[in-house]
Amino acid sequence: MTFSLRLRAAIVSVVLFAAFIGVWHLATRSAGPATNMSPEYAKLMGLTATQGKSAMPGPLDVGAKLWEHLRRPFYDNGPNDKGLGIQLAYSIGRVGLGYLIAVLVAIPLGFLVGMSPLISKALDPFIQVLKPISPLAWMPLALYTIKDSSISAIFVIFICSVWPMLLNTAFGVAGVRKEWINVARTLEVGTVRRAFTVILPAAAPTILTGMRISIGIAWLVIVAAEMLVGGTGIGYFVWNEWNNLSITNVIIAILLIGIVGMLLDQILARFTRMVTFPE
Amino acid sequence: MTDKFISIEGIARRYPGAGGGTTTVFEDLWLSMARGEFGCVIGHSGCGKTTVLNILAGLDEPSEGAVIVDGQAIEGTSLDRAVIFQSHALLPWRTVLGNVAYAVSSKWRKWDGARVKAHAQKFIDLVGLTGSEHKRPSELSGGMKQRVGIARALSITPKIMLMDEPFSALDALTRGTLQDEVRRICLETGQTAFMITHDVDEAIYLADKIFLMTNGPGAVLAEIVENPLPKDRGRIDLHRHPYYYALRNHIIDFLVSRSKSFAATATGHDPRNVPTVRPGLPELAIASEAKPSTQTSWPGLSRPSTSS
Repeated sequence: MTFSLRLRAAIVSVVLFAAFIGVWHLATRSAGPATNMSPEYAKLMGLTATQGKSAMPGPLDVGAKLWEHLRRPFYDNGPNDKGLGIQLAYSIGRVGLGYLIAVLVAIPLGFLVGMSPLISKALDPFIQVLKPISPLAWMPLALYTIKDSSISAIFVIFICSVWPMLLNTAFGVAGVRKEWINVARTLEVGTVRRAFTVILPAAAPTILTGMRISIGIAWLVIVAAEMLVGGTGIGYFVWNEWNNLSITNVIIAILLIGIVGMLLDQILARFTRMVTFPE
Repeated sequence: MTDKFISIEGIARRYPGAGGGTTTVFEDLWLSMARGEFGCVIGHSGCGKTTVLNILAGLDEPSEGAVIVDGQAIEGTSLDRAVIFQSHALLPWRTVLGNVAYAVSSKWRKWDGARVKAHAQKFIDLVGLTGSEHKRPSELSGGMKQRVGIARALSITPKIMLMDEPFSALDALTRGTLQDEVRRICLETGQTAFMITHDVDEAIYLADKIFLMTNGPGAVLAEIVENPLPKDRGRIDLHRHPYYYALRNHIIDFLVSRSKSFAATATGHDPRNVPTVRPGLPELAIASEAKPSTQTSWPGLSRPSTSS
């Protein structure tokens, strides 16, 4: 009896997931009330001591809490108690805005760098120095100059997503097959029309690969940036729940960050497939 | 030659070589073609054939000399000179119709979509791709891709069609069919064509004039061979023609030995007035030198007499 590879892989995935949940459950189950402890001290220690409950939430606790969140994703009880949907929306909004500005800057600039060897050589030292800077290192400078924490976070997203897009666009544009350019040249196609009808479609898969790398980095960075600037967003939520010592909520946030990151990546992957044509 | 529709006048191509010197790929190249003629360049790799074609296309510039087409020195690329590329160079994100329409709309920018489409369709039909208009290049075979390349080149009704080994990547059968198509189209439309090839039989079948280039670096045009075979020759019985082997042997001999030794042995070679030969005719000789050919008999052909 042989199943398709997909099915077999799915079965293994489910088994691994079940095993993980099982181990997690066993590791965090109640060990019974602590003995040999003075009742006064046990009261101070809370449930851990009085009922032997693990300090780490088990899968059932996380599942119940997750269900609670999913039922009310958009409630708003003031600055420190907002639904996860609202927090995620803030984060996605910041990422979207910073990323969009990065697209608007990086793609035209990448075209210029890719098409002009002079500009490419002239900008190269700046790009080489600016690219490896951790985006969070810009945060103090951004806060000092912009004087708005939310806009600073957007700036940090912009600065971290601009480089992969810029470099990939330049690489894709510079690497367009010479024959395609020659086709346009023999047809006396002007520079602007050539850029849109030959270079852009030819470089599109490379450009979108850069955009896909960028959205991944942007989503990594937003969590850290929001932990710093605070106020709203999923990063802030993680830090706030850590201050509340609600490990359950921290785990839920981690899970959701992963799922949203995967979705963003999949969206870009789909766009990449749409513009990729085999020769 | 009175009608010089294409006239290449003393072009050379030099690259800065290692150690401050210059490397000359070819030099002092003069050749001309009449309207409606089919010219083939044959020579070994490295003799600058492709560079000559690129200069004709305007994609490359000669280091010296000029090219005059239809009475005007060429400057850059032009829609008058269409190129069929060796690797077909179709845009993979466009369909067959899209690729041809791109050329059509580049030539006639004011045409509306329907007119462009109808014009493109005409040339897709001409190369026998009716029914494949909406396929993308990746869905086509190598031969079909090159047909699209031909349709794209023809659709802009160029004065000259330039072909850089267009069929070298194809299998023998497909190549044969496409040669037939190209010959048919060129004869029907009176198209002037200039082609680079490695394939001697292809040159014999297609060309009116075959330009033989010596080996590079420092390549020169050694000789112009006029095709003695009749205009209505067919690919199938080409080799039965009495002049076929004389012509073929002449070219092969050149490629095998004379292309190497030409520079050393040719005396008084005038690049502006390259000898024209017409193998297989009784007065077989290099026109300017009146030197008899070393080969004196051909299969299926009586010994050429010099006294007719």
